[in-house]
Amino acid sequence: MTPHMLTRSLDRGATIFLAVVAACGILIPLSNLLLPAGSFLQVPTYLVALWGKYVCYAILALSIDLIWGYCGILSLGHGAFFALGGYAMGMYLMRQIGSRGVYGNPILPDFMVFLNYSKLPWYWYGFDMFWFAALMVLIVPGLLAFCFGWLAFRSRVTGVYLSIITQAMTYALLLAFFRNDFGFGGNNGLTDFKDILGFNVQAEGTRAALFALSCLALIASFLICRAVVSSKLGKVLIAIRDAESRSRFLGYRVESYKLFVFTLSACMAGVAGALYVPQVGIINPSEFAPGNSIEAVIWVAVGGRGTLVGAALGAVVVNYAKTSFTSGMLAPYWLFMLGALFILVTLLLPKGIVGTFNAWWDQSKEKRTAETAASAAAEDGVTEPKMAE
Amino acid sequence: MNVMDTRATSAMLYLDGVHVSFDGFHAINNLSLTLEPGEMRAIIGPNGAGKTTMMDIITGKTKPDEGTVLFDGVTDLTRLDETRIAELGIGRKFQKPTVFESQTVQDNLLLALNVDHSVKGTLFWRGSRAESEQIDKVLETIRLTDARNRLAGSLSHGQKQWLEIGMLLAQDPKLLLVDEPVAGMTDVETHLTAELLKEINKTHTVMVVEHDMTFVRELGVKVTCLHEGTVLAEGTIDQVSSNERVIEVYLGR
Repeated sequence: MTPHMLTRSLDRGATIFLAVVAACGILIPLSNLLLPAGSFLQVPTYLVALWGKYVCYAILALSIDLIWGYCGILSLGHGAFFALGGYAMGMYLMRQIGSRGVYGNPILPDFMVFLNYSKLPWYWYGFDMFWFAALMVLIVPGLLAFCFGWLAFRSRVTGVYLSIITQAMTYALLLAFFRNDFGFGGNNGLTDFKDILGFNVQAEGTRAALFALSCLALIASFLICRAVVSSKLGKVLIAIRDAESRSRFLGYRVESYKLFVFTLSACMAGVAGALYVPQVGIINPSEFAPGNSIEAVIWVAVGGRGTLVGAALGAVVVNYAKTSFTSGMLAPYWLFMLGALFILVTLLLPKGIVGTFNAWWDQSKEKRTAETAASAAAEDGVTEPKMAE
Repeated sequence: MNVMDTRATSAMLYLDGVHVSFDGFHAINNLSLTLEPGEMRAIIGPNGAGKTTMMDIITGKTKPDEGTVLFDGVTDLTRLDETRIAELGIGRKFQKPTVFESQTVQDNLLLALNVDHSVKGTLFWRGSRAESEQIDKVLETIRLTDARNRLAGSLSHGQKQWLEIGMLLAQDPKLLLVDEPVAGMTDVETHLTAELLKEINKTHTVMVVEHDMTFVRELGVKVTCLHEGTVLAEGTIDQVSSNERVIEVYLGR
């Protein structure tokens, strides 16, 4: 990324967004660690972990907005890439437990001992090294997206058909990961994590650092998305979204563009999942549930499709609402509320929160310019007769 | 056709014995047509005569069941897809104006420019003076200089038609296929469009599909009348419009 690409991509909204995320990423961990517990301004550790989860969701939302908002690819299976990134991180964390597990086996994680594995499956090799796991966080979702996209986009599967097969993809993975003999802990998933890079995952300092890292990852993802959508490639993506066959007749290889942006988006979702797992302490197959992916699309719709900032905002707002409602007496009705929210946003705010705000802002700015012009014209009108005298 | 590296024909576009049917309906029936380099050809014919299907075949959107489609004497278009054909130098304006509505007029032309269309090329693209000069030139030709920063979706119907012609110019193809360029235009706009196409024809080979006979007459070029997927008559506008069969199926008595 050249500096030129950065400066071109930052407008007012983006700058405010970055400033807010950076401030949160610095101030919240500091307040948690430095201020005495129970003081008014101290952010309790449970909140740091909860908000860290929201930040990871915001990265997932960004990745969805990049493909849906700018290229019209509605993936209803993006939770799969998020979960795969999460599993890659989970495998590393499992290997770090070592002989401290219930069964005390230095190589095999507890669930493998329990299921009578005699040795570590080959696909668990290397996950005891952080760098390898970190690489897999990017490669596994990226490779799946590349293969899936290569087949789907080349065959020109678009619109609702593509959405349906992305649902099928995440559902197939859900079923596979539920199986005990698949080698990823079956329905219990991976949990009981102890250390990450030698630091206790439960410790306040680690949680604060993970939160700050998540904010940093959100900033990086945002900058990458902005650089992509404000380049000429971004214009091509929008052209494909609005008139796909027209773009082909101009000589653009539509499937290559879709493949590029879909793979990039999947890698981003993988990073979000990898940061999510140490903060919530567990990864299990329910993360592949089709409903999760649909929920993530709703965040983007609520915040404002094709705005990036809106996607991140939508993820935080909807998840905050979810936390508030599911912890009270309204808990059984959350899914109804989510559905109602989606319908209301589609009907009343089709551009989402940020999209509507932007439209309003532009309109009032135009009005102000028009008013200034009008008053200037009126003044001219007053002075002119005088000059005639 | 066993020696592919020698030109099979001197024509820019050569169609021979082309057949296409959709579910038993013969949209194109033994269609043969040649377009010489530098020529402008007007295609007329009633609805369903196969005019748009013919353009679909040339641009790779539809594959013919049988027949030969050669571009520039050597390239078999039936084996290539839309992107590859566009890269070879065939540009197309659609019947319904298709511009990128949510982008500015300027960006529409930028997207059409005949430059590196690869993912890498566009991701690391930096504007050059030559590119912006070319865009300025096209904007002037299509009379949209003042509207360059407006969204294409906010243009009038006639302006959208021009923008699409402008996109063809920016693309700078060897062969331009123009489908109904004056549909929905005022008389003045129609006249200006004819002037514009004649200007374009000085440097490009053009094929125009149009219903407006006044416009076709104004172009003053060779006319081909299609009917039921095959060529009914070919010649000057006067020859074609006095042809008995053409009057019967198309012009009406």
